[in-house]
Amino acid sequence: MGYTVYIILVPMLMFLFIGLGSKWLRPRAAGLCGTLGMAVAAVLSYLAAYRYFFGVGLQGGVYRALTVWSAQWLRFGERLHIDMGVLLDPISVMMLVVITTVSLMVHIYSFGYMKGERGFQRYYAFLSLFSFSMLGLVVATDIFQMYIFWELVGASSYLLIGFYYTKPAAIAASKKAFIVTRFADLGFLIGILILSYYTGTFDFGLLTADHASLAVTSMAGGSFLGLSAATWAMTLLFMGAAGKSAMFPLHIWLPDAMEGPTPVSALIHAATMVVAGVYLVARMFPLYLFAAPRVLTLITYVGTFTALFAAVIAIAQTDIKRVLAFSTISQIAYMMVALGVSGMGGHAGEGYTASMFHLFTHAFFKALLFLGAGAVIHAVHSNEMEAMGGLRRYLPVTHAAFLVACLSIAGVPPFSGFFSKDEILSAAFGHDKFVFAVLLLVAGLTAFYMFRLYFRIFWGTDRTYETKPHEAPVSMLVPLVFLALLSCVTGWLPFSRLVSSDGVPYALGIDWRIAAGGVLVSLTGIAVATRFYMRERGVAARVAAKWAGFWRAAYHRFYIDEAWRFVTEKIIFRYVSTPVAWFDRHAIDGDLDALGTGTQRLSRAVRGAQSGRVQTYAAVFVWAVLVIMICVLIF
Amino acid sequence: MMISMEHYLIVSSIMFFVGIYGFIARKNLLAVLISIELILNSVEINFSVFNRYLYPEHMEGLFFSLFGIAISAAETAVAIAIIINVYRLANNIDVRHIDKMKH
Repeated sequence: MGYTVYIILVPMLMFLFIGLGSKWLRPRAAGLCGTLGMAVAAVLSYLAAYRYFFGVGLQGGVYRALTVWSAQWLRFGERLHIDMGVLLDPISVMMLVVITTVSLMVHIYSFGYMKGERGFQRYYAFLSLFSFSMLGLVVATDIFQMYIFWELVGASSYLLIGFYYTKPAAIAASKKAFIVTRFADLGFLIGILILSYYTGTFDFGLLTADHASLAVTSMAGGSFLGLSAATWAMTLLFMGAAGKSAMFPLHIWLPDAMEGPTPVSALIHAATMVVAGVYLVARMFPLYLFAAPRVLTLITYVGTFTALFAAVIAIAQTDIKRVLAFSTISQIAYMMVALGVSGMGGHAGEGYTASMFHLFTHAFFKALLFLGAGAVIHAVHSNEMEAMGGLRRYLPVTHAAFLVACLSIAGVPPFSGFFSKDEILSAAFGHDKFVFAVLLLVAGLTAFYMFRLYFRIFWGTDRTYETKPHEAPVSMLVPLVFLALLSCVTGWLPFSRLVSSDGVPYALGIDWRIAAGGVLVSLTGIAVATRFYMRERGVAARVAAKWAGFWRAAYHRFYIDEAWRFVTEKIIFRYVSTPVAWFDRHAIDGDLDALGTGTQRLSRAVRGAQSGRVQTYAAVFVWAVLVIMICVLIF
Repeated sequence: MMISMEHYLIVSSIMFFVGIYGFIARKNLLAVLISIELILNSVEINFSVFNRYLYPEHMEGLFFSLFGIAISAAETAVAIAIIINVYRLANNIDVRHIDKMKH
């Protein structure tokens, strides 16, 4: 299975090739190179997945974690060393398939969407860089390798959000995304340091083996502010995960990240990078469950709140990409909750399976939603719902694909979202009724706002379009159709036989009582949306006017951005940063400057002795020799 | 009268100090160069003389002075080239004016 390392290396080489050759490569050639590289990676991933799940992976009835390639990178001690390697286990193989598939679709789609853009080569180079980083992240063998690639995906996300670097909003958004996630990653790094300080290793295998016994025993002693070392470490790790996965209150960067090109939003800010946080928690799951169960409860409640909060905001947004961004936040929170309510082994670990299953299905239908939105934006040249209406006649294929994705995310059988959402709901039902109730409500809200979006784009009356909207080119339709097919079929995968919390395959049927409840709630949401938005009868406007204050607050995202701005600018910048900056500039820099200017003054005084006349030097030298000789002779 | 070692040493000392004086006092670069040659030659005389009188069974001193001659020839060639370039640059080979390196 050593060839899996090429899944990561090929995109990296493509990044270097396109990036260095962007001056003399034609746009089309650069795009083809990137796409071909991604196609190779995708084929290798499918091969690896097939070989893993139906061959080498299953040993003695358990899916083993295989380190198929590894190299020591930095060695601190006998056990404490950073490795670079490829770890194959059910979730990493599943992620390889998801990332390469979505990335390949986005590569193809971008041919049409980005056609004629300035910096087309740069765009493909960055896409390859991102794919490389994300693939390296999921196959990480130790937490430090994961951290390195974690930062790399952050950097490539920054580059791609700021792709339109002449647009001030895009620059602000890219900076915001980078700084917010970087702030969260500080927690991640400190968490890694605490964890490795106590356990003496970075290796995932050693950390999670035997119900995380290493962490449980080695971290038993330490505590700080009344919480155990394990709780601190895992909370800080979750802070990193929350930053990347846009959990409340660190979610503020994701809606702004929609300033990037739409295919980038589909790839990075919907399907792959933002689920890295979920992936991290899943990777460290035994540690959370056995060493820090209180953090798992925290994750459950943060996730539950975020799911509801983001769903409510999504209802009031008018920018179609923002709606999708908040829906992403909400769905990722769903996955987090599923991990939070999970146990270990067999049916107790249903939440774990459900979370990974939802990650898998969500990646495809959310990428499809974004790419569909891209096709709509491509047709009407606007992100605002106000500029859209009645588009189903102009964009029939996009319309069909978008509808599939909406049904899927709303959880209508037999589309993929139904199956994964049902598993999450059933896991939550078995764990905590309150969480279950909130998730059910969120499912209804999800159906409502998705169909609000759908009806406002594709139904209603025509707007006056400057140019008649036209269907997207073939290069954009192929990914749409392909992802729509995936959204129809991926739900039927027997996921619990492939991915489970302890690696043992088990059978997980659909709990029909919960499924019926979930579907009923979703259909209600869809029905309300149909009543409100299918024809423009002003019902929605009247309801909104009734709840005007609430509506406005939701439209302004409950002023969380303003709250952050207040905290950072009015409090931290003014009362902490400004005095510290003054101290740095005047006390520390001042002292060093004094040293510098003092030396300069001294040198100016001594400089006169250096006349530059060789003969003077020689005379001084000779006289000195004579004096020394006389001294030696006398004494 | 036998020519003893001291006679040679007196001559070479005179040459040495004449050289030192010339190196310090002369303003013309060429004269300075000639003074350096005087110093080198006096040293070479010393090498030969000490070898000849003190260790007649050895040859090292003579070889040393031969090397010294070769090196001073090479050095002279380089120095002349430098002087020519200095002249082209400054139209002048007066040591007092050549203090650009200070800056």
